[in-house]
Amino acid sequence: MAREDYEVVIGLEVHAELSTKSKIFCSCSTEFGGDPNTHCCPICMAMPGTLPVLNEKVVEYAVKAGLATNCEISRNSKNDRKNYFYPDLPKAYQISQYDMPLCENGYVEIETENGPKKIRLLRIHIEEDAGKLNHDPYRGGSLVDLNRAGVPLIETVSMPDISSSAEAEAYLRKLKSIFEYIEVSDCKMQEGSLRADVNVSIRKKGETKLGTRTEMKNMNSFKSIVRAIEYEINRQVEVLDNGGVVSQESLRWDDALGKTFSMRDKEDAQDYRYFPDPDLVAIRLSDEYIEEIRRNLPELPESRRKRYIEEFKLPEYDAKMITASKYLSNMFEKAVEICNNPKSVSNWIMSDIARILNEKELEPSEIPFTAEELGELVVLIDKGTISSAIAKKVLDELFVNPKSPQKIVEEKGWVQISDEGAIKEVVLKVLENNQQSVADYKAGKDKALGFLVGQAMKETKGKANPQMLNKMFLDELKK
Amino acid sequence: MSIVDLTVHELVEKLEKKELTITEINKAYAERIKEKEPEVGAFISDLSEDALEEAKKIEEKVSNGEIKNENHLAGIPIAIKDNMCVKGTRTTCASKMLENFVAPYDATVIEKLKAENLTFLGKVNMDEFAMGASTEYSALQKTKNPWNLNCVPGGSSGGSAAVVASKMAPWALGSDTGGSIRQPASFCGIVGLKPTYGLVSRYGLVAFASSLDQIGPMTRDVRDNAMLLNLIVGHDEHDSTSIKTEKKDYTKALVNDVKGLKIGLPKEYFGEGINEEVKASIDKVIEKYKELGAEVEECSLDIAEYALATYYIIACAEASSNLGRFDGIRYGYRTKNFKTLKDIYRNSRTEGFGDEVKRRIILGTYVLSSGYYDAYYKKAQQVRTLVRQEFNKAFEKYDLILTPTSPTTAFEIGTKSNNPLEMYLADICTVSINIAGVPAISVPCGTSSKGLPIGFQLIGKHFDEETIYRAAYTYEQNTDFKGLEG
Amino acid sequence: MEVSREEILHIANLANLNLDENEIDKYILNLQDILNFANVVNNAPIDGLSETIGATENYNVFRKDEVKEYKDIEGLLQNAPEQDENMFKIPKVIN
Repeated sequence: MAREDYEVVIGLEVHAELSTKSKIFCSCSTEFGGDPNTHCCPICMAMPGTLPVLNEKVVEYAVKAGLATNCEISRNSKNDRKNYFYPDLPKAYQISQYDMPLCENGYVEIETENGPKKIRLLRIHIEEDAGKLNHDPYRGGSLVDLNRAGVPLIETVSMPDISSSAEAEAYLRKLKSIFEYIEVSDCKMQEGSLRADVNVSIRKKGETKLGTRTEMKNMNSFKSIVRAIEYEINRQVEVLDNGGVVSQESLRWDDALGKTFSMRDKEDAQDYRYFPDPDLVAIRLSDEYIEEIRRNLPELPESRRKRYIEEFKLPEYDAKMITASKYLSNMFEKAVEICNNPKSVSNWIMSDIARILNEKELEPSEIPFTAEELGELVVLIDKGTISSAIAKKVLDELFVNPKSPQKIVEEKGWVQISDEGAIKEVVLKVLENNQQSVADYKAGKDKALGFLVGQAMKETKGKANPQMLNKMFLDELKK
Repeated sequence: MSIVDLTVHELVEKLEKKELTITEINKAYAERIKEKEPEVGAFISDLSEDALEEAKKIEEKVSNGEIKNENHLAGIPIAIKDNMCVKGTRTTCASKMLENFVAPYDATVIEKLKAENLTFLGKVNMDEFAMGASTEYSALQKTKNPWNLNCVPGGSSGGSAAVVASKMAPWALGSDTGGSIRQPASFCGIVGLKPTYGLVSRYGLVAFASSLDQIGPMTRDVRDNAMLLNLIVGHDEHDSTSIKTEKKDYTKALVNDVKGLKIGLPKEYFGEGINEEVKASIDKVIEKYKELGAEVEECSLDIAEYALATYYIIACAEASSNLGRFDGIRYGYRTKNFKTLKDIYRNSRTEGFGDEVKRRIILGTYVLSSGYYDAYYKKAQQVRTLVRQEFNKAFEKYDLILTPTSPTTAFEIGTKSNNPLEMYLADICTVSINIAGVPAISVPCGTSSKGLPIGFQLIGKHFDEETIYRAAYTYEQNTDFKGLEG
Repeated sequence: MEVSREEILHIANLANLNLDENEIDKYILNLQDILNFANVVNNAPIDGLSETIGATENYNVFRKDEVKEYKDIEGLLQNAPEQDENMFKIPKVIN
């Protein structure tokens, strides 16, 4: 059977590191990087006798995330221990939440080719991150760094409502965008602060029973998630087509090889023996507490998108693209404050900036220049100081060596020539050198004007004010 | 009478009157340890020489005013059970697993004692990871009962009890998960209190069973006990289970009067299995209380057996998880016999833990494992609720509950049962107190025909250590139990 | 309560402990004994009782989100059986 004969069922478990200052159960910094084992203390290193105390912000952020994804917030919750041995898990248990997560039964809406679709969320719970294993390239063996151990995470578990890799990507982008908006996570995938475990199963179309699922662990780029899902769907189709059965297992996606591998070693005894952590006490949230967080929830992408369409008259598509990233959207709003030209800022973001981000494989948050600089760029165009052709060059420069566009223009000598005498000089020179075009124009070929203007632009390295050039050529040619 | 015969409150008095110096006290103990330790074997780390050096410094600082010494306890020595972290010293839990582990930080109770400038005579023996009731499960050494060197000191805080009874320390800290302070106190003829769960911070106490463990004072008399409790109580931001309570001076509760105090005697704790001599001794205690004007009557607290079963389920379950961190990676014993990570885990843990510890880890892992959780752990947590309710009910009628501390006196070394279940049954008098989280004290009340001490247990309401102290003090003031002489 | 050989080996594996051949039977008997006794919890009148979660009735104990740098990193590493570049060294693990 072909792939089209199967229906794909995908569920995601998304881990987002919360952007608290300190770890979930101790006062160590959550800052990324740092020399190995320097953001550590006896507690996150699981020294004998140490005890955890829950960071209040972790609860607050999880509730925020729950409210922003339409979850019910649990009034009664607790922390549980998930017991397993691994060198990155110093206590040999992860403090997580088992049967009483902070948030349950939510949903987010994604766009699909068949229109909007609700992806239901089973739950969001809080837990601690593990440390990191590094390979010792010289002497062999692995080295354990516990700087990340105890960084707070929220795990968002979706229902198996996702039916393609594209939907999985859209869902993940949506979650990322929401978490960025409500400022609970910076969602930097390249730093691993947003990563997903993906459950994939397939079944024949029309079948109601779910197929056996496999789980792919810890992927941290949209591209690899999409590739891994595609690979896994094809693999499962092949297995079933050859009369085999898919076995339930955890897989590791190798991005370089483009293949999944079984992780049996990690599986060999999967019985986590969850039980309530006796070192921690119950979490009870009052209605007032939850309402207070709801009241202070920042504007979400949906609402911003509507506002952009109504207030700034942006096209629906542009509004959606810009609001998808809180960073981009904030940049847009700040730039507009400076130049008061939303249409132009939006155009710059949607065309040139988007293209460069794509080429350089950058996330919006990695844009090297500021919103103020973008606003200033638009102001320079609107004032006639530079042409849009020059503006493109300024933008390129902003990506390489960001500073005030005004300064760039001055330093590079890109200020537009609007001096009538200077322009007249160029116009006369171009007319002189292009007699044939002058003749063509006079013979009724309007296109020849464009050629002449182009020549003048070339002559001035693009700095001549195009409106003035146009007008002056027309005046001269009429003579 | 020599220095080491004095209680701490007597030492404090003499220090105040300048009849004694801090150095003299610490010197006397260093000498006493040299003399007695070879036969008792209580110290895993004998720090008495360091304590003496420290004492000299403290004495100078007290005399030049650098140390304020409002409580007059600066320079008083203490011994610490070897499951509490003292920065820079070994904290072994009497296990091969931690034989060479040097604690990188101070437990909260140690910080508090350091703030009062106490000196530390050493870290003392215990059953490995506090699992046991005779200190015979120490993987490092044998400790003997100072009353009879052929007998065990009890456990798991056997080292703490032995050093206090043999006058190698004026007082000591122990920890109690199911009777580990009270039973050795009773076996060694001293006073031991398990405070209300949450009264004393557990931060820095190497966990056996987190929801049951509590640090407490082990002392020669009730006044010392209240004084030491004063030093270690208090909310700790490092321990989520420590409770915010108002600061009390427990010595204020030491009033020689029990008139009108209602004491319940739960018949289930006086049944079969209780040694006749122990029973007779407790009967005398009861008569004494009646004589002193307390209202004593038999009652029912039909939870002893449930509580014991619940205790072993919960304690082992928590222990199986708490002891996972001993994996041979960051600290502790690492096997020499390994190629893979799995070898490190399995061989380090198999070689580093003793049999009893492994037995409890296995039991705990079993009751938490898939398919058994509901039948054991979940049920046990419900029984726990029941035990608490029953205690609360009893305390509606009574101010205190009185029972034996242990069904027997100290037994001979090497004669403890090979049957773990029989051994566990000996904890029947003490474990329900930890399950309920209430405080209880063991007070010496006599000796057996073989000259071994007997203790009785007073159980109080949550956070009502004061009533316990009042009754214990009154008993002590009106009787004449003599500690070990010589 | 019957505990099978297979079960005890599974449990030992979860706990990362080796059991000697001659220990297995002893462990099975010990465990059965204790579990049989522990079964009394099933006779306790606990209908309708909630589970005690933790040892206190305390709730909502939190700390403020404040960073405190821990200075004594050396002290944290001093007990490591094997270390390299301030990290704990173990045999090679495929992450």
